[in-house]
Amino acid sequence: MRKTASVLDLIAVTKRFTAPDGVSALTAIERVSFDVRPGEFVAVVGPSGCGKSTILNLVAGLDRPNEGRIQLNGVPVTGPNPTVGFMLQKDLLLPWRKIVHNVEFGLEARAISRAERRARALRELQRCRLQDFAQSYPYQLSGGMRQRAALARTLAIEPAIVLLDEPFSALDAQTKLILQKSFAQTIASSAITTLLITHDLMEAVIMSDRILVMSERPGRIVEEIPVDLPDRDNPMARIAAARSREYVDHLLASLHLQDKAA
Amino acid sequence: MSSEITSAVDRTGTLGAEPVDVAKRHASPQHAEASAGVAERPEHAALPSRQAPSRLSILLGSLGFGLVFLLAWQFVPPALDVPSYIIPTVTDLVHEFARMAARENLAVHVLSTVTVAVAGFAAGSLLGAAMGYILGMSALIEKVLSPYILGLQIAPKVAFAPLFIMWLGYNSWPKLIVTILVVFFPILVNVLQSMKTVDRDLINLARAYSMHRMQIFWKIEVPASMPALMAGLRIGATLAVIGVTVGELVGGNTGLGYLITFGEGQANTAMVFDAIVLLTIIGIVLYGAVAFLEARVLHYIPRALR
Repeated sequence: MRKTASVLDLIAVTKRFTAPDGVSALTAIERVSFDVRPGEFVAVVGPSGCGKSTILNLVAGLDRPNEGRIQLNGVPVTGPNPTVGFMLQKDLLLPWRKIVHNVEFGLEARAISRAERRARALRELQRCRLQDFAQSYPYQLSGGMRQRAALARTLAIEPAIVLLDEPFSALDAQTKLILQKSFAQTIASSAITTLLITHDLMEAVIMSDRILVMSERPGRIVEEIPVDLPDRDNPMARIAAARSREYVDHLLASLHLQDKAA
Repeated sequence: MSSEITSAVDRTGTLGAEPVDVAKRHASPQHAEASAGVAERPEHAALPSRQAPSRLSILLGSLGFGLVFLLAWQFVPPALDVPSYIIPTVTDLVHEFARMAARENLAVHVLSTVTVAVAGFAAGSLLGAAMGYILGMSALIEKVLSPYILGLQIAPKVAFAPLFIMWLGYNSWPKLIVTILVVFFPILVNVLQSMKTVDRDLINLARAYSMHRMQIFWKIEVPASMPALMAGLRIGATLAVIGVTVGELVGGNTGLGYLITFGEGQANTAMVFDAIVLLTIIGIVLYGAVAFLEARVLHYIPRALR
């Protein structure tokens, strides 16, 4: 095992899919390289169809790259990996399970006792401030609470890295702000290494330490922007800061969004 | 511009300060929506005919309709000189029912029909669900067998009854097998369909948590298929009674279906009607049992969505 400073390394990763016609290949991402260091919060932004979610599937081990390497703590990813937690726009809570049992779900493939599992689930619910809803069913919770429950489930497996794929995009604007803050606090207080995939430029600016900008398909990383702002644990403070606007403007320019609108 | 943003942050900031409270306020918009939905209804209700009727008036209306129907049945055919061997009156049916109970071993026939219906329903459901899960787990088996399954599904199962009688004789087996066969397919199809439409992201989530195939099956696919299975069982419950009736009509010397042919042979119209009524009641009870089970199993689905 190689000693490494990064939690996650992507080294010249290319992923091609066979097009629906079965012959031609479609390159989703091409020679993508980046790393995520311990405790860092990295955001990936890019136009739709740029392969953001492909990156997530590759890192989660649900899919294999055609070229290049992906390493978690220096170990190559060859399949689903218990040290990766991921969250999607959909909360993916099992409607037939109570919230506490949903949080336990990720631990059920592991050799730990029922009591330990329950204790961990309750601890995560505490951390995500949902302890009062442990015995509720998902349908009894609001969208924002359901996403927090999903975060609790993700954190319960004590992942080395958390992958967030547009986790706030299905929420209304205010719930989104509250939830961004809630997530940021939880993530910062436990120094959780996080990779956020989003199309929301402001979200990338207010939540992350570093932003990777991807091009249109085939997705490549065209720019890397360190976010030099205070208050990573409080997106609401960042959103009010004038400099956040500058970052967003920079991203707009980087993605050539003005040209496209014209 | 910037002051607007700040004030927005202040507002949400104070919300964020009390997380549990936030959660409750989160939940409240849903309730607000729900009550708003209810509150909107009176607008429609401005038309008097669309006013939501009370439970009592519904109950009285239903009972009243039934009573009028029975009275019409009792008095209209005799008034039109329709003989009772064509349409027996309600009192004829009651008398015939008492006679059947006393003289025709009615209880034995009812018990036989109920036993075969329940056994056939249970076995058909079990086999149908098992087959649905197996086909759902193996795309290969499903693709290989699907034309045959489609063919068997379209074939009128009750038409097999004479075959089973030729093979197995005049006993309970042909009836049971016909019942199993008619129950089997709707449940198979429903379960298979639900297995094919399980949310791929849920499966991926389980895979990401390093769950193996059988864990995914038991923890995701089986629970996710419950609404479809329950819908299949509802259909199966009504079909079970049809299956057993056809089995009894075609061959046999017990059961309500047999009493129908027996009554027909004697031109005893009242007996035929009574047997039909009893078969219907058996079907309703079976359906009710499934509905009860469904309410228990699917308790996690809000009632309005079910």
